[in-house]
Amino acid sequence: MSKRIDVSDLNVYYSDFLAVEDVNITLDAKSVTAFIGPSGCGKSTFLRTLNRMHEVIPGARVEGKVLLDGDNLYADGVDPVTVRSQIGMVFQRPNPFPTMSIRDNVLAGVKLNSRRMPKSDADELVEKSLRGANLWNEVKDRLGKPGSGLSGGQQQRLCIARAIAVSPEVILMDEPCSALDPISTLAIEDLINELKDEYTVVIVTHNMQQAARVSDKTAFFNIAGTGKPGKLIEFAETATIFNNPSQKSTEDYVSGRFG
Amino acid sequence: MSIITKPAPKAGTRQAGPGRAGDKVFSGAALGAGVLIVVVLFAVAMFLVIQALPTFSAAPGDITGGKGFASYIFPIVVGTLIAAAIALVIATPIGIAVALFISHYAPRGMARGLGYVVDLLAAIPSVIYGAWGATFLAAQLKVPYQWLADNLGWIPIFGGPASGTGKTILTAGIVLAVMVLPIIASLAREIFLQAPMLHQEAALALGATRWEMIRMAVLPFARGGIISAVMLGLGRALGETMAVALVLSSGPLIASLIRSGNQTIAAEIALDFPEAFGLRLSELIAAGLVLFLITLLVNMVARWIISRHKEFSGAN
Ligand SMILES: Nc1ncnc2c1ncn2[C@@H]1O[C@H](COP(=O)(O)OP(=O)(O)O)[C@@H](O)[C@H]1O
Ligand SMILES: [Mg+2]
Repeated sequence: MSKRIDVSDLNVYYSDFLAVEDVNITLDAKSVTAFIGPSGCGKSTFLRTLNRMHEVIPGARVEGKVLLDGDNLYADGVDPVTVRSQIGMVFQRPNPFPTMSIRDNVLAGVKLNSRRMPKSDADELVEKSLRGANLWNEVKDRLGKPGSGLSGGQQQRLCIARAIAVSPEVILMDEPCSALDPISTLAIEDLINELKDEYTVVIVTHNMQQAARVSDKTAFFNIAGTGKPGKLIEFAETATIFNNPSQKSTEDYVSGRFG
Repeated sequence: MSIITKPAPKAGTRQAGPGRAGDKVFSGAALGAGVLIVVVLFAVAMFLVIQALPTFSAAPGDITGGKGFASYIFPIVVGTLIAAAIALVIATPIGIAVALFISHYAPRGMARGLGYVVDLLAAIPSVIYGAWGATFLAAQLKVPYQWLADNLGWIPIFGGPASGTGKTILTAGIVLAVMVLPIIASLAREIFLQAPMLHQEAALALGATRWEMIRMAVLPFARGGIISAVMLGLGRALGETMAVALVLSSGPLIASLIRSGNQTIAAEIALDFPEAFGLRLSELIAAGLVLFLITLLVNMVARWIISRHKEFSGAN
């Protein structure tokens, strides 16, 4: 239930604009990898290429390879819909479906794949996913209520529950805490620590303490100037990136000198 | 509310004067406009009621048909509803499909072109649609109607003999459908375009196909808006006079949609009003009042449907 991702020679475009250039990186299974870097350097853009969400934007395209345990996600004949059902995503702003109950939100992805599911199985899956997202105790008495009635942090955990309900191989998170208060942020960080026992987790964050707290490895992206493509500058164990980086710009960034 | 009305401390000294005067002028104007609308509506309603009164107090024998107002109005109310129902049954699914195609399937350039075309269609005057329906469409439909009468004639709505001119309530309903289609399509498109990207991406990221994404994140969001769009279309279909008057060769109420016969309130008023006087005039105004009530009722039902799902609308 957890796979490795190998990215080779990846260029990411918005129409003619090269947003991210020549990324080569390996994201280990059952580990947390953090992407850090100044805003606009292409962290979100790169993250969205890992589950083929990038191409949802008109004119957006990708060159290069992304291998999920050896299978190229961008090979001819690969259906992006299948890719996305294997690689879950949690967004910057919590986005539970407002027209669905909490229960239906959790089941939203599952219902896409298997039309009919016995109610007892569904109940079990809802409980398991919500427990997995540390949300069960808070919502077990109001599963039929709309998800939009929860607090921001709860909504974000609901989105995580929705993502893990389909048993993905990988979970991508794009600044999942940036819209949350410190306490909700801690709850999510604890959760990320638990998730890596089962999933490959990739998290974009602008908060360096967060990267240091939750990740095993950290990738630093940077951009030479506006209009220039973002690049992967350095990728190493999180401790190395923060204490002993090999690149000058990494050191400048993690020590808070820019960005 | 208090956040909006309380002046910010810093801006207070600089902007308070003109800002407050502007607020007062605007709220005065808004209030005035609101009151005016209510007054005008009330005046219209009063006028209709007063003019219609003689009809309700007249002896049943004096009313057209000779059996009182209820049996006069009933067939044309039913005719109105049939024509409008045909129009909506045809126009709603097509309008929604066209809107979805423009908002979520067509390439950008094509979407813009189609959008213009739809808006243009909505602006064509109804007499043009009526002329088209009467001279072209009715003639084209003669053969299909004959076929329906021959093959499905055992169903009462397709009972023969089929009209020799094609000027039937079904033709009128189809013309109405063509007229309300652009209204529904263009409003629905606006609403589909406003569906939050956030939720559409959430659906796609779960592995939804485009159609599944539309079902999860676009249609539920657009539900209230679609109902409003259909209601506006229905309003036009119920009140349409010229097109129906031109297309329908009217007659008494009959079940068959492919024979000449039936009539709508609006067309009846349009056709008879110029020569009407006295009690007949009052009758037509009473008929107008009934149409007014039907429209009101339909709108109230629509509002009720929309409000029933407020909790899950995403507004909170
Ligand atoms: N939808 C888009 N269309 C065109 N350019 C975009 C779009 N989204 C992002 N970009 C550009 O791509 C670059 C990287 O953006 P992004 O991936 O959002 O950076 P980050 O997440 O690191 O802040 C920026 O220059 C940004 O302007
Ligand atoms: Mg970003």
